[in-house]
Amino acid sequence: MDLSGPLAYLVGLATTSAIYALFALGLNLHWGYSGLFNIGIAGFFLVGAYTSALLTQPPPATEYVQYIGGFQLPFVVGIAGAALAAALLALLLGVPTLRLRGDYLAITTIGVAEILRLILLNENWIANGSRGLVGITQPFEGIVPPSEYVYVYLLLVLAFLIAAYVAIERMVRSPWGRVLRVMSEDEVLVAAVGKSVARFKLQAFILGSALMGVGGALYGHYVRAITPDTFSPFFGTFLVWVMLLLGGSGSNRGAVLGAFLVWALWSASDLLTTSVPLPGALVTQAFYLRYLLIGLAVLAVLLWRPRGILGEERRVSRFVE
Amino acid sequence: MVEALVLGIVLGGIIALGAVGLSLLYAILRFGHFAHGDLMTLGAYLALAMLAGPAAWLGLRDVPFRPLSIGPGLVLATILAAAIITVIVWFVDAAVYAPMRRRGSDVTLIAFASLAIAIIVRSIVYMVWGPQPYRYSTELQQAIRLPLGARIKPDELFSLAVVILIVIALYLFLERTKIGRAMRATADNPELARISGIDTARVIRWTWAIGAGLLTVGGVLYGIQSQLQPVMGWNFPLAFFAATILGSVGNIYGALVGSMVVGIVQQVSTLWISPGYKPGVALAVLILLLLIRPQGLFAKE
Repeated sequence: MDLSGPLAYLVGLATTSAIYALFALGLNLHWGYSGLFNIGIAGFFLVGAYTSALLTQPPPATEYVQYIGGFQLPFVVGIAGAALAAALLALLLGVPTLRLRGDYLAITTIGVAEILRLILLNENWIANGSRGLVGITQPFEGIVPPSEYVYVYLLLVLAFLIAAYVAIERMVRSPWGRVLRVMSEDEVLVAAVGKSVARFKLQAFILGSALMGVGGALYGHYVRAITPDTFSPFFGTFLVWVMLLLGGSGSNRGAVLGAFLVWALWSASDLLTTSVPLPGALVTQAFYLRYLLIGLAVLAVLLWRPRGILGEERRVSRFVE
Repeated sequence: MVEALVLGIVLGGIIALGAVGLSLLYAILRFGHFAHGDLMTLGAYLALAMLAGPAAWLGLRDVPFRPLSIGPGLVLATILAAAIITVIVWFVDAAVYAPMRRRGSDVTLIAFASLAIAIIVRSIVYMVWGPQPYRYSTELQQAIRLPLGARIKPDELFSLAVVILIVIALYLFLERTKIGRAMRATADNPELARISGIDTARVIRWTWAIGAGLLTVGGVLYGIQSQLQPVMGWNFPLAFFAATILGSVGNIYGALVGSMVVGIVQQVSTLWISPGYKPGVALAVLILLLLIRPQGLFAKE
């Protein structure tokens, strides 16, 4: 029995899940630890993916393809550029909104994510408009045989995930992270001990967003072809929230668990609806039925299991029993 | 320019129909209702279904009030659709938002639940009606020439008249009826209203009903002007929120003024930039507002 088919499928599943886990970790830093209501993850995802692709790609080959950049820079520069660009976007959005009530950040982030998508769709000169970028370069290309590439890329993504996980775990357990935790419960208390609430929020917002940018870059180099519609509010934002809420917001293990679980369930439902032969009209309906079920699942979690599977970690310091 | 101004006022009117409800909900229930745009879409589609169903059965489907492209059938269909949307939001409130309120959930999570409702509503619209666009009427109409070279379609003037009538009715309701006054009091200060013996549960039901009715009319008016598409309402919340915050949250008359500003700015901007960027213009207004005057124009000192 040939195992390469199912195995390749599982490897693909794990790679995408691990990338989504990076988004979920970033969102956990925003929402789980700092109480920042970011519903524009798709925007940071998009900025990361496009920045890294444009930095690493060769210049446009034909006159039918146009995009700015094409600097052929190494993969590492692409990743760093993606993190930087996403951080810059967070800074621009955070300064006007973070000192105001929480849902103003939400409206702004969801709006910016949509506008960025609109701009990339309409302005062909930036990144080839609705046709998007294809043939995005991959790290270690040519060094690793193509048949084994997927495994190497999975390892690469997992390395990023582990590094991000360890870094965030250390951060939230540091004095800095404890301030965030207090802040999400009681801002006045943080201000009263002489710490700037706005500064801590901005730092957390920028860090989480940079991580989302890195996730976006890894996604672009993985799928090798991105169009603005890849970064829809559903795939770019909503699904990540489902992952975090289901896994348990306020817990990094929960964020990672949620990402793997939700992506596996989502892919399984895809397999189910595409493997059953359906008449043409029902195919689109089955597609939206999956959206509907995810929406209902979110409501179920919010209503009956608001802490998610793992729940918030109460103890963040080893000095507290 | 004059034409863009008039069309901007028409667009502002449609935005107002969403923003007024949003502002009331925001003030009374304390969360941003992100499903407002997609419920507007559903309202427009339900009116289409009512037009093909009960209105056609009464023989009112294709008898337009000339020179308008629409007729009494659509008026009836809109009223029926508004009633259905009201029942839907009552159900959603009872099943989702009310239990979360009772449990003392973070308002942000309630807002997120409303985003889930938006996703659910949109997938239902896709499943029932599919992605293809629809129109209420295939009638073509000639634009009326106004002074200063402006050309306006009769339907657009009709939309404006509808908005003005609704605003007058809303004004009378809020100022002259007991429940209207209770609503304003609750929007102003929910705690104080509760202590003063106002039946807040009743106020909440009325708020949903008014919000639902207004947004259905807004969806239908927008559908008359462009066409019905499953994503037609998705970007509207940006304009709703911009208008609501501009007019200070909870201030209904402020929301009206805010809507006019947002509508006119959006429409006039199309003289220079692609109409596809209208939501971007609303966002720009919003960000500018948050930077300069986040409490809005009509905040109490």
